[in-house]
Parts: sequence; structure tokens; C-alpha cells
Amino acid sequence: MAEALVRKDYVSDVEVRWCVGCGDYGILKAFTVAMAKLQLPREKVVIVSGIGCSSRFPYYVDTYGFHSVHGRAPSVATGVKLTQPDLSVWIVTGDGDALSIGGNHFIHLMRRNPDINMLLFNNQIYGLTKGQASPTSPQGKITKSTPFGLIDGPMHPLPMALTAGATFVARVPDTDNAMITDVLIQAHKHKGVSFVEIMQNCNIFNDGAWFPIAKKANRAENSIVLKHGEPMTFGENNSKGFRLKGMDIEIVDMEKDGVDVSELLVHDMYSKDATLAFKLANLQHPEFPYPLGVFRQIEAPVYESGVSKQEHDVAEKLGRGDVKKMLHSGETWEVSV
Amino acid sequence: MQKEVSAKKAPDKSSSIDEDRRSNAPEELDITTIRFAGDSGDGMQLLGTRFANTSAVFGEDVMTLAEYPAEIRAPAGTIAGVSGFQLSMGPQDIYTAGDMVDVLVAMNPAALKSNLEHVRKDGILIVNEDTFTEKNLKKVGYEENPLENSALAGYRVFPVGISKMTATALEPLGVEREQIGKSKNLFALGLICWLFNMPLDNTLNWLKTKFSKKPEVIKANTEALMAGNKYGDSNELFVTSYIIKQPEHKKQPGTYRYLNGNSALSMGLITAAEQAGLHLFLGSYPITPASDVLHELSRHKEFPVTTFQAEDEIAAIGAAIGASYAGSLAITSTSGPGMALKTEFLGLAVSVELPLVVINVMRGGPSTGLPTKMEQSDLFQALWSRPGESPLIVLAANSPKDCFDTAIEACRLTLKYMTPVIILSDGYIANGSEAWRIPSLDELPEMKAQFHTDAEKFHPYQRDPKTLARPWAIPGTAGLEHRVGGLEKEDITGGVDQSPENHEKMVHYRAEKVRRVCADIPPLEIEGNPVADLLVVGWGSSYGAITRAVMNSNNDGVPVASVHIKHLSPLPQDLGDILKRYKKVLIVENNLGQLWTLLRSIYLVDAKLLSKVNGVPFKISEVENKIREMVKG
Ligand SMILES: Cc1ncc(C[n+]2csc(CCOP(=O)(O)OP(=O)(O)O)c2C)c(N)n1
Ligand code: SF4
Ligand SMILES: [Mg+2]
Repeated sequence: MAEALVRKDYVSDVEVRWCVGCGDYGILKAFTVAMAKLQLPREKVVIVSGIGCSSRFPYYVDTYGFHSVHGRAPSVATGVKLTQPDLSVWIVTGDGDALSIGGNHFIHLMRRNPDINMLLFNNQIYGLTKGQASPTSPQGKITKSTPFGLIDGPMHPLPMALTAGATFVARVPDTDNAMITDVLIQAHKHKGVSFVEIMQNCNIFNDGAWFPIAKKANRAENSIVLKHGEPMTFGENNSKGFRLKGMDIEIVDMEKDGVDVSELLVHDMYSKDATLAFKLANLQHPEFPYPLGVFRQIEAPVYESGVSKQEHDVAEKLGRGDVKKMLHSGETWEVSV
Repeated sequence: MQKEVSAKKAPDKSSSIDEDRRSNAPEELDITTIRFAGDSGDGMQLLGTRFANTSAVFGEDVMTLAEYPAEIRAPAGTIAGVSGFQLSMGPQDIYTAGDMVDVLVAMNPAALKSNLEHVRKDGILIVNEDTFTEKNLKKVGYEENPLENSALAGYRVFPVGISKMTATALEPLGVEREQIGKSKNLFALGLICWLFNMPLDNTLNWLKTKFSKKPEVIKANTEALMAGNKYGDSNELFVTSYIIKQPEHKKQPGTYRYLNGNSALSMGLITAAEQAGLHLFLGSYPITPASDVLHELSRHKEFPVTTFQAEDEIAAIGAAIGASYAGSLAITSTSGPGMALKTEFLGLAVSVELPLVVINVMRGGPSTGLPTKMEQSDLFQALWSRPGESPLIVLAANSPKDCFDTAIEACRLTLKYMTPVIILSDGYIANGSEAWRIPSLDELPEMKAQFHTDAEKFHPYQRDPKTLARPWAIPGTAGLEHRVGGLEKEDITGGVDQSPENHEKMVHYRAEKVRRVCADIPPLEIEGNPVADLLVVGWGSSYGAITRAVMNSNNDGVPVASVHIKHLSPLPQDLGDILKRYKKVLIVENNLGQLWTLLRSIYLVDAKLLSKVNGVPFKISEVENKIREMVKG
């Protein structure tokens, strides 16, 4: 039995080049912790990225890694997975990478449901190109490319992923190491595509984008951690919660409003119906706290398994292919000497 | 009149049909070109393919050209909806689907009107007269019925009631109207088989296998086929029937089949993967005229073949690169517009130095251009359309059957040199067919794929000293964990290195690696008269027209030589010397002079250009005329 792998075994010897204070450091750390907890053999892990600060990630992990082109890591990862289904394949992407230039690949990755984990580092800005608006930047945002304010409205990755058919959808803040590790482990174990939005701070070009939940002290008021089978509560003493009013989610203060915990919504991440997950995914701060954790996890046919099975079934039915037979198939005729 | 036809004994034009009725001995022909044209729903492709097959099995050399309408659902009976299939057959040396048509089978007025210009004077027109109704004539702008006035003077016109006679033959059997409509083409096939004294058994066997689950369709089609055949036999409309000359020298012995370029590519790829012991992966997105490669490979799951229909051409090549990285023999197939989308990923493939075969079945451009027509205008795109110094290997297939060899050659080179290879085919050879002697596996070149496994002193960019290929180290191999990507890599280690010296070195390595392929390709073959003053140079599908034109010219005492270039990047080592040996050089291509520009700039040769960009391949006569003009001038 090989010696157990420790976190350091997953750290490559490449010098990390992110800005000091960048949220990506925390994610990298949590990722290597998750790897060690899972004891994944390093040669079995492939990290594919696009282009962006976030997409430098594979260089820093001592597994197989592929820094591909802007926005299109999902296609490379799909090719890897179809060739070697037993590899643990991870995509690391940014908000511009996944949702702008790579939007098409993103939705098709979700709908096909390969067993690939996509981690979207959402800093609401283009980091690598030094601070232009991204598809997740809020309306009105002043950036280098929008000096008078951003006119287009933002895109929300979680509802996008759900609509596109993602079978595992989660969100975590870059500052909560334990939660990231935990969610990454769940994502790995999930059979099918896993989409994890990581709220990441770019302290250089968009510092404080996730300010309300960045500090532990503020997190209780500004976020709600979803736990399967438990009522949805948040706040200092978990005194607030979500209740359904008609078709809408409302916030209630159990003490002040005299509401019993039994009246609160209970999280069901395995629900076949995506409605609840979708409603939660659409809640916007500051009207609502940010929901965190796993929104949804369902079982669905896994893409590469379907592909392998079909290939296997055909080979079974027709017999393993034979080149000579193929070349001689159909009508042939002989020319003799 | 084209050379091929002039070689044949022309039927006696002066004698009237009546006088000739008694001469029943079939007339012997040399090379003959037949075109079937009809509405896209008339089954012309099938009719043409069946006849081509029959003549190939009968021992003729055959080459075909399929012409699909640009619109799938063009209104019935319109010119836009005409589908055509042309074939040229003869005892030997058939290199093109023929210049001018000797026999046109036109199933409706639109087919007649749009194809008449292709028919030589005195050619035979077999016309389904039942469709020449007032309404149909109007649709295509015929004021009067051309079968009834002098519009077709100078042709030998045979109006045949194909629709009605098919119905008469099938109605008593209780065949449904719709099926009767579908069987018309078999009536025509029966008639044409009679006219050329071709047997029916091959078609009968085909019907039995094709419709094994639908006995009523077999019955209807068989009946229609026989009815057409009998009609020829019993009717005295035709003065004589024909027979194609037997070849003077025997073809190479072996088993033959008939195949088109896209099937040949597909089979070549599977064969290469099997020879190399690799899983074949195709990432593709549908586009005319390349889709059949996707279709064909998707049918062959009995092999280790994975086909991935991606969301677009970018994802298709992306997935292929991922598959290659993980150890598949990876392919992506498309046409010009799709090539445009793939360029960024192609640059990545050059940079990460992984095997990859990219197929471009060219069509007319720019933009959507002429989706169903051929052109050779993507040569520059293949050579240079990527950011940065981004050399790769470019091969061109020169005929339908050559697509098989080109696919194998592409796989051999990409695996050996760990760099992408582009195959250029085009709409003409993709859909055109010819007879092919099936090679035995030991005739194929050696195909080796070696995954690196040794973790000792592994460096991702440590090159093979001879080929400069880097090791193929696939995920799953313990001890070889490493990172690749599009950022400039450090020599040997493959780590990121953007320093000036390193970049310069790596740019040169990538170029040199492709250059070294030169030493790995066979010398050029000079055809025709090697000591002539004029050399014709071509690439890709113009091979047939050039070869035949050169042959005809030399036969006529006009000395000329030709070379055809398959390896367009790198160019063959001996090309420069060969070009220098000739006083005059003519480059023939279906674009505005891309190879011409290239050869002039590299070899400083004052080559002349014969260019054609109307979506149609060169005619033999066009090349021949230019040869004469240059030899004289
Ligand atoms: C085809 C292409 N277009 C543009 C770029 C420039 N570019 C690199 S990264 C990037 C945006 C990165 O933003 P994001 O995905 O949010 O990643 P971050 O840097 O914020 O982690 C852009 C526009 C590129 N590399 N390639
Ligand atoms: S620019 Fe922003 S996202 Fe990029 S490394 Fe620096 S802090 Fe991180
Ligand atoms: Mg970003």
C-alpha cells in the first residue's frame, strides 16, 4: 500500500503568480486539501482551464493540467473524459471565461452531464486583462471599459447552470476554506456534471465585490447555508429564516414575527423538481442573504457512460470491428490475373 | 468536342432512325459520359450510383460527380431543385467525371433546361416526357414544349413516358402511388442498362439487401427496373445499343469496390487507428460537404471509435485536442467556415505539440459561399490562418480513392511528428466516386504510436533528436504528471517561459520539426513527357483533369509533363529542382492563384496560372487548351 498522500504532494513546484491577497490562493489551498482528503492518485487527476487569472490554476497543482484557450476548457475536458472516463476531470474557469466567451460551451457541458467538475471563480471582473466589466459585473459598475457605468445587466451563473441541466449546483465563498473543501469533495463524488460557483475576491481590480460575506463576522447575516433536510435559517442566532408566501420566498424573523421553525422552508437538494433550487439561485443580495452550499444534486444519465455503453453494445452486437471486413464490406468484385 | 469523346466511334449521324432499325449489333464506345438529372426527390443520386456501380462491377473504369441542389427543399420542378449525377466510364484511365455529356437523362423540364449546356452537340437526350406539362414548363420559363419545337435540334432526343410506363407496370401489382413515384428512377436505370448492355443482376442483388425488410419495395423496384429494360428491348425508338470497349491491358488483380472521397477518408482513419492500436476520436459539427465523415464514422462503433457532435466547430476541435492529450488518435472534420472557427485551437495544438488530424472538405467561399460546390481556395487558410508562427503539415487528397491514402499518411505523420496535420479535400472528390482496389493490410505504411511511460528523467518537451517530436505522456501515467498549455513553453521542461531567447528557440524548433517531414515523403512523380519544355503543376482534385489533359496532349504530339503535389507543407524536397528543369511552368488550381503565389515566392519561378473559380472542377479540355496555348506561345 502506497503511503498516504498529504496536501503538499498536490502542490507543484511552480511559483504562484497571483497578486498578493487574491482570493484564488484560498481556493487553491482548499482544493489541495480536498485532494488529500480524497486521496486521489495524482496521475488520475486532470485540471483543464481556459484563460484568465483563475485559469493559471492547473500550473500550481501537481497533477495533469491543461491550460487551454479562452472560454473553451469544457470542450477539452469533454475530450479527455470521453477518452479516459476514469480520470477525475476538473475545469477551472473565470466569469469572463465561462460566461462570456465560453457561454455556449458552458451550457452544453451542463446539458450533456459528463462526470466533470467545473469551478467558476467569479470575481465579477476581468482580472487578467486588468479590470474590464465581466458578464457578472453589476449594472452601473465603473470599470476601465465602462468609465461611465456599465449599462448591461448581469448574468447569474447558478440559475444558468440549473436551466442548462446541471445535476450538481453549489456556491461557496473563497474565504471559507472548510466549506470549499467540503463542497469540492461532494462535487467529486457526484456522478455527473458538478458546477461550483466560487465567490472570489479580486483585490486589485474589484476589491470587495463579495464584501458582505467575505468576513466571517458578516457572514451570518448576509448568507444562508443550505443544508439538506434542515429548515432554512440564518442570522446571528439562526433566528431568521425563509418562508414561502404564495409563490415567493420571504424572510421571517422567528422571534420578532412569532414564527415557528416548522413554518420555514426545508432544503431538499435531491428534489426532482428544480423549482426550489431555481428560486434560491435567483435570490439577490441585499434583498436576501446569499444562499451558499449545495443547491441541487440529482441523479441523471452520465454522458461518457452512455457513450461507452453504446459503443460497447454495438461491438457486442456486430462483433469487434475488423479492418479487412470493413474495407471489403458492400459490393465488391474481383479482377483476376 | 472533348478528347475522350472524339476517341469514340461516333454513331452514324446522317442515317435516319428508320434506316438503322435493323442494325442490332451494339456499337462499341470508348469513354462515355452520362448525366442523370431530375428533381431532388427523383432519386437521381441513387440512380447514378447504381449505374456507376454496375459499370464498375462490369469492369469499366468509372469516376462520378454528384451535384446536389443548394436548397434542400427547393420547390419541386424548379431549376433550384435539380439534383445531378454525372459519371464517365471507359475501359481505362478514367480520371474525371467527364467534360461534355454524351447521354443526358432528364426527368423533368428543369433538369433538361439546366443541364443542356453540358451536353455535347449530337448527344443523346432521354427525357421523361410525362413531366413536360404546361405547368412544369412554365415553372422553368419554357414558353413552348422543347420536345415539340426545334429547341433541341442537333441533339438526338428520345422522349420516353417514364412516369406513365412505371405506373402501368406497377399499378396491376397494387403498388401505392407514392411508391410508383419513387420507382421511376429504377425504370430509367433499367432502360440505361439496356442501352449500354449492362446486366441487371447487380442491381437486383442490391435491392434484395437494401430493402430486405420491405418485400413490397423490392417487388415494385424490381418490376420498374425490368419494365425499363424491356422497354428498351422491345421498342424501336433507339437505333442501337452500346457497349463499352474492353480494356486493352488488365487492371491490377485484386478485390475492388467503388467508393467516394468522404467514405475513403473515414475508412482510412479507422484503418490508421487500428494499425496504430489507438482509439479513434472524431469531434465534429455538421457542415456540407464534410458531414458524411461524421456520419460514416458514427456508423462504425464496432471499432474503438468515438464520435462527438459538438456544439460548434470550436468545441469539436477542442474535444479532439482533449482526446489527443488523453491518448486517442484525434480527428476533427469540417469545411471552410468551420475551419475559420477552429483556428485558435489549431494554434494551441501546434503549441502543445499533440497529434491531431484536421479535415477540411473545401467548398466555395468566402463566408457561406457555395456550400454544395467545390473550390480549392482554402490553401492559404490551411497554411497560415493561425496567430503567430504556427507551422503544421498540410496534405491534399487528389481523388476519391486517394482520400484513403491521404488519411493514412496524415495519421502516420501526426503520430510520428506530434504536430497537427490538415487534410484538404473538396466537394468534388468528397461526393465523387471511383473504383478502388482494396489494399491488403501489409501494403499499408507502418503506423506507430508510443505513449511515454518512463518517469525517469521525463521532460515533457525533450525532443526526439531525429524527428524533434516531444513525448506523448498521457494522463493516468504515474510519475509523468505535468502541465501543458498555450503559453510559450520552456525548452525541454515545458514550463512557462516567455524569455526572448527561449521563444526564438521554440519558434525555430516548431518550424524545423515540420521541415524535417520533407525527408520522410516520397519523391515527386513526373507524369507525361519528362523532357518536355512545359511542366503542369497541380494539387488536390485537379489531378484527374490535369493527368488526362497531359496524356491527351502527349498523344497528340504536344509534349508536356506534370507533377501533382500532395504534401503542401512542407513542400517536397525535390520540387525546386524539378521546377527549374522546365522552361515553362503552368499551375492549375480552383482559386485565384494560391499555390501559384506560393511557388513563385519560394522558388522564384515565373509560373503561369490557369485559374477557375466557378464552383465546378476543371474540364480536361480547359487544361488541354491552356497546354496547347503555352506550348505554342
Ligand atoms: C480569444 C481571446 N480573447 C481575449 C483574450 C484576453 N483575455 C484573457 S483573460 C480574459 C478575461 C478573463 O476574465 P475572467 O474569465 O473573469 O478571469 P479572471 O482573470 O477574472 O480570473 C480576456 C478577455 C484571450 N486570451 N483570448
Ligand atoms: S488581478 Fe485580481 S484575480 Fe487576478 S491575480 Fe490579481 S487579484 Fe487575483
Ligand atoms: Mg473574472
